[in-house]
Amino acid sequence: MKGSRIARVLLAIFFVGLLAVPIVVKRLSARRAGDKSIVDASTALARHGFYLQEVSHAAGINFVHQAPVLDPKLDRIMPEVASMGASVSIVDFDRDGWPDIYVTNSAIGSKNALYRNMGDGTFKDVAEELGIADVNQAGTGVSTGAVWGDYDNDGYEDLFLIKWGRPELYHNDHGHGFRRVSDQAGLPPWINANSAIWFDYDGDGLLDLFVAGYYAEDIDLWHLNTTRIMPDSFEYAKNGGRKYLFHNLGNGKFKDVSEKLGIESHRWTLAAAAADLRGSGHPDLFVANDYGVSELYFNDGKRFREVGLQTGVGFAPKSGMNAAFGDILNQGRYAVYVSNISEDGILIQGNNLWMPKAGTAGDAIQYENLARDFGVELGGWSFGAQFGDLNNDGTLDLYLANGYISLDRNRSYWYDFSKVAGGNSTIIGDAKNWPAFEGRSLSGYQTKRVWLNDGAGKFIDVAQAVGVSDTYDGRSVALADLWNRGVLDVVVANQKGPLLVYKNTVTPANEWMELELEGTASNRSAIGAQVTLFWNGQKQVQEVSGGSGFAAQNDRRLHFGFGQNPRVEKAIIRWPSGKLQTIDQPATRQLHKIKEPA
Amino acid sequence: MSQQLTAPVMPPQAPAKRTSLFSLDNRYIAPAFITCILLAGHLSFGILESYQKTLLAIVTAIAFELVLGRIFFHKWLHPASAYISGISVGILVRSPAFWPYALCAAISITSKYVLRVKDRHIWNPSNFGISAMLFLAPETVATLSIQWGNYLWPMIVIWILGSVIIARLHRFHITGIYVASFLAFAFLRSWMTGSPWQSEVAPITGPMYQLFIFFMITDPKTTVRSKRGQCIVVFLVALLEMVLRLRQIVYAPFYALFIVGPAAMLIEIWLDTRRANSARVAAAA
Repeated sequence: MKGSRIARVLLAIFFVGLLAVPIVVKRLSARRAGDKSIVDASTALARHGFYLQEVSHAAGINFVHQAPVLDPKLDRIMPEVASMGASVSIVDFDRDGWPDIYVTNSAIGSKNALYRNMGDGTFKDVAEELGIADVNQAGTGVSTGAVWGDYDNDGYEDLFLIKWGRPELYHNDHGHGFRRVSDQAGLPPWINANSAIWFDYDGDGLLDLFVAGYYAEDIDLWHLNTTRIMPDSFEYAKNGGRKYLFHNLGNGKFKDVSEKLGIESHRWTLAAAAADLRGSGHPDLFVANDYGVSELYFNDGKRFREVGLQTGVGFAPKSGMNAAFGDILNQGRYAVYVSNISEDGILIQGNNLWMPKAGTAGDAIQYENLARDFGVELGGWSFGAQFGDLNNDGTLDLYLANGYISLDRNRSYWYDFSKVAGGNSTIIGDAKNWPAFEGRSLSGYQTKRVWLNDGAGKFIDVAQAVGVSDTYDGRSVALADLWNRGVLDVVVANQKGPLLVYKNTVTPANEWMELELEGTASNRSAIGAQVTLFWNGQKQVQEVSGGSGFAAQNDRRLHFGFGQNPRVEKAIIRWPSGKLQTIDQPATRQLHKIKEPA
Repeated sequence: MSQQLTAPVMPPQAPAKRTSLFSLDNRYIAPAFITCILLAGHLSFGILESYQKTLLAIVTAIAFELVLGRIFFHKWLHPASAYISGISVGILVRSPAFWPYALCAAISITSKYVLRVKDRHIWNPSNFGISAMLFLAPETVATLSIQWGNYLWPMIVIWILGSVIIARLHRFHITGIYVASFLAFAFLRSWMTGSPWQSEVAPITGPMYQLFIFFMITDPKTTVRSKRGQCIVVFLVALLEMVLRLRQIVYAPFYALFIVGPAAMLIEIWLDTRRANSARVAAAA
């Protein structure tokens, strides 16, 4: 090699500089990562405008999730195959004006809980007396989630119970009890699902139901004929459960129209959510899949078109575990947040924040993943996440639950996991080929993320600073103003862990508004109704949801924060029926109950 | 991965101008092969997270090669070698960020010019670059071998093409010894740890491993010269990989090559020097 001695020395220095770059980047990232300090409530309130206090015991909630125990053939990897089932959904089942909490349990014989909000700061489990507790009986499978929607428009939210097993529909008898109507409804005998949503895809005023299978529906996880039940690929698996789109026929019966309308996927779905992403007046369907790409179905009201590749969300396969919409830049358009896996030095998928590309809209809408730019990319083994304005400053923040399997803190299963995940389908697809777990953890004991939106394209993690310090294996997150105080509280369901209720305290200077919508021509739950609020020259859009996040459902009431001294100009409601309603200068600091005009 | 499969270029046959138009120069074989793998993998599975990241790695590698070659060899080097390094980085590195692709490519190429003994670089460039990134930036970079799907047919294509090319370059024995050693050690590990043998064999059935066995361990410039020596070295790579695997180190193959490869090179250089000195002394006597 030629070149002067000086050139070689300079090159050596340059080389050392190159090697130092990751260290510099790491330090810079650490500075930008957010507020990791643990501070008292008043400091958090002054610094971030809110703090969260875990109050489940004080509120009378002592629920601990139990995981399923499946066929003994799966014993060696039981922690992994039985790693889901904890879920939470919010519903005011008795229409008393206080949001209630429904949580699922997943061991055979375990009971789900419906925590009635007593309105005095406490909750009481009434599931047993109302008939929706003992729903995990042997031979029927176990619960993995629940979504609520008034399918018969009688004014009371009905319950669809998502299961690895026999899916169940319970009719809400005016808040006094629940009646099992699964057979009359025409539901199939068995689905291994983790995700379902209510939405009125065809705008006929009747809520339809989308149920997404995870394991194939011909598998009874308690009585296996084979151990070949695992995904046949870590990133391209298509041997998962089928999808069902149950069209509400209006007489208490549902008809599966999925294949007829263009939904034929057999990917391993873990989350789904629907919203009108194109301004078409019809809810589009976003499906986040484990072991593969996400799918986006454009809906024209009569047929669905899968446009994942076309729109950019279906290009890179990851481990999709969440689907949540949020207008995070107050521009009247939804971002989609999909959670994935990140483990230092082993697997850095990064979560996806799908933002609509500037200049694209309608059928030509395209998305780009800006999770890194916005600072919401790395959240460990991420599961459920929800957008909500936690400090009422006028921008949507993001709460993320994470952590997969917390067993022995000092021994990890990651090596064995990565070994098999890279193998041929004949190896990965058979559970007997997977090394035994032997009590090891897999991305366990992870700290949660509470990402605060600065409104200018950056989120910072303030979880520790605002009081979120638990390290349970978080699964499902739901947001609701549990005590009607004008703030969003957070409820988190943890796998094999306690149900956590984080009570929110927000700086009182920040103003807010809530809207409770009731459809007339539209479905009575008003699921799919879109509200755009205009204030101080900006706007934010939110939509009533029939299920979002991971196995979760937020309160149907929409919550908007505005910051201090807002000039709220108007709220425009677009009902699922297509009707537009404008409310001029709606008052802040109050709940508006709005019925769809005739 | 080898950027030097292109190195032992056959001297051009002067009279065969017409033939040369239709025969593939050795220096293009490896780049063409790896490009085919990339395109086939991407068009069938969409293996790339983005075209831009792979392109960034390739452009960075070539740019560094051209500039450093100009400075230290006083000529514009053929970009085929850097192209392979760049594309290797583009395939093997998995990161949501852009900068690791550029940095890894830059480290890989620069290492060839800095880490030299007796005017030979001793680390396989992309092995060094990737190992450095995994060690220094684990929160941003990974190479878990899952991005090629888990199906058999892409690997069959790679096995056939790779075997033909490696055989043509007279280096199939290296790949063969490694595969045989890996399989033997996989069964030994299974016996020792109680893990299913399928799980121990699983890594080598993944397409990423094919790139390792066909490109990285066969790099002529960073393997010893004698055929016997090559067999011993690659066996030792597999042996050290097994030890690292017993320690549950995810990137065992990269780290094994990272350690054994240069050590073997240093021993060979030391032996060469000793032989040369002995010959000089003998000649002087």
